Amino acid sequence: MTEIFGIPAAALYGQLLLGFINGAFYATLSLGLAIIFGLLNIINFAHGAQYMMGAFVAWMLLTYLGIGYWPALILAPLIVGLTGIILERTMISRLYKLDHLYGLLLTFGLALIIEGLFRNGYGVSGLAYTIPPQLTGGINLGFMFLPLYRGWVVIASLVVCLATWFIIEKTRLGAYLRAATENPTLVQAFGINVPLLVTLTYGFGVALAGFAGVLAAPIYAVNPMMGSNLIIVVFAVVVIGGMGSILGAIVTGFALGLIEGLTKVFYPEAAATIIFIIMAIVLLVKPAGLFGREA
Amino acid sequence: MSADVPASVPGPQSAERTRSDGRLHAAIFIVLGAFLLIAPGLFYPFFLMKLLCFALFACAFNLLLGYGGLLSFGHAAFFGSASYVSAHAAKIWGLPPELAILTGTLSAGVLGLVFGALAIRRQGIYFAMVTLAFAQMIYFVALQAPFTGGEDGIQAVPQGRMFGFIDLSNMTTLYYVVCVIFMLGVLAIYRIVHSPFGQVLKAIRDNEPRAISLGYRTDRYKLAVFVLSATLAGLAGATKAIVVQLASLTDVYWAMSGEVVLMTLLGGMGTIFGPMAGAAIIITMQNYFAGFGAWVTVAQGVVFVIAVLAFREGIVGIVAKWLRRPL
Repeated sequence: MTEIFGIPAAALYGQLLLGFINGAFYATLSLGLAIIFGLLNIINFAHGAQYMMGAFVAWMLLTYLGIGYWPALILAPLIVGLTGIILERTMISRLYKLDHLYGLLLTFGLALIIEGLFRNGYGVSGLAYTIPPQLTGGINLGFMFLPLYRGWVVIASLVVCLATWFIIEKTRLGAYLRAATENPTLVQAFGINVPLLVTLTYGFGVALAGFAGVLAAPIYAVNPMMGSNLIIVVFAVVVIGGMGSILGAIVTGFALGLIEGLTKVFYPEAAATIIFIIMAIVLLVKPAGLFGREA
Repeated sequence: MSADVPASVPGPQSAERTRSDGRLHAAIFIVLGAFLLIAPGLFYPFFLMKLLCFALFACAFNLLLGYGGLLSFGHAAFFGSASYVSAHAAKIWGLPPELAILTGTLSAGVLGLVFGALAIRRQGIYFAMVTLAFAQMIYFVALQAPFTGGEDGIQAVPQGRMFGFIDLSNMTTLYYVVCVIFMLGVLAIYRIVHSPFGQVLKAIRDNEPRAISLGYRTDRYKLAVFVLSATLAGLAGATKAIVVQLASLTDVYWAMSGEVVLMTLLGGMGTIFGPMAGAAIIITMQNYFAGFGAWVTVAQGVVFVIAVLAFREGIVGIVAKWLRRPL
């Protein structure tokens, strides 16, 4: 068996793949946070709960309505995004004129409500969601065995992240969005419906979280608490990357997932804390974050 | 944080007015002390002690949020690590309770110095996220480190004899000791807030660039208040470990950080007595709804949402506005 630095190559590649998958979730979630923060100036604490909702909605669609994985991949983010739009219209929009921290507090309260409701309904043990038949099994790449579904998760989230980047940086709609981020009053004066843009942006960011949740459903058990610990790591990712750049969020997410995977191989005791340690170092060296613009 | 929540009601701030406010606060403290003396006749002492620990925790947190304008979302790290250290010191090292509490409190202060020095490099929302992330790191350490007992925590912490002659295993004695610790803690916070240092803090909270232009090195003030707040939160956590005889993962979990934010927000941030009221409401709520499982979480979330949307001044803040006096 081949070894790299005294570690069996298969174990190393296996952990790297796991790292890539975690990185995919970090990237998708921190991208959603960054988009929401850019326009709404709030940190969406409910993001983890909405990721969990994505997984649960997929599970419910399958269990109660018999709707399978592929339609759920579209439907669940739409449903979660719609609930996000309702929350934005009824509650979050009342806070725009206040200190940004109230947005954090409100969405924290919303996260508690959502998670508490799902815990009441479904307990904490976790529900199984089977991998769709087209993606079961795996292929032998020669140097490692790749379970198909895991490869699909990485590719799907990469595609969604890059598509989001393309929309924001290269299309007319994205130009409106970037302009509204810089100066909402001026953009409104040009006849663009900024409040609508804000609502849709929140809905889209939340839908991204829901999408990540559907992707995660067959890998991790569908569990009401699956989002709350993840979201804190994603916050650290956001602090490391800074929220100024879309590509920055994607790159930081994947890179930190890989670093975490490598830590699991070489020094497993630190695997849970490595991202926070990197955050401390980044705060010392470059407080604004690797891609940050804030002084 | 305080753009729309004035900590003190605007009005002529004459020396006469300040003295009169001081007399009012002194009167409230005396009533509070008198109430604590007779309270064991009305309520279960164990419940009261738990409440006092959380009230002190909330007051310590409010020192940072209400007067320093810094929202830490990771104060459970200080509360919880002090709880672990004091439990460990009392149980494994066999230290007497006063030294166990002191060790726990000081370790929270040191942790506050490290986290504070890093966290104040970012502002606002980032500050909240950084403190939350560091607290989560402490949670993972508590989960994995050999001395914390993992999922079990440190159980059966001995209460021992304080100063060699006060037997803390007697519930009534323990209660009055906790009362003394609580009163010392909140009076220290009151003193800090009304000192020249506290005035500079409020200036930084209300307008940091202006404070800088007046020549204040605001980072030092922010770090100092962060360390003070962490230390006092540690005092609350260390005392709690002796009272409940348990240090567990609950104490360092993010939900605990959220709870102390909720207590302060509900009672009224930037008020002296608000966090105590908030802690009393939340702990009572948890006590009575304990049998309803996750509904407690839902109820807390609903209170959070209502507090943010409808009354950001908090209960005591509204009373203060109505009385036109700072409380």
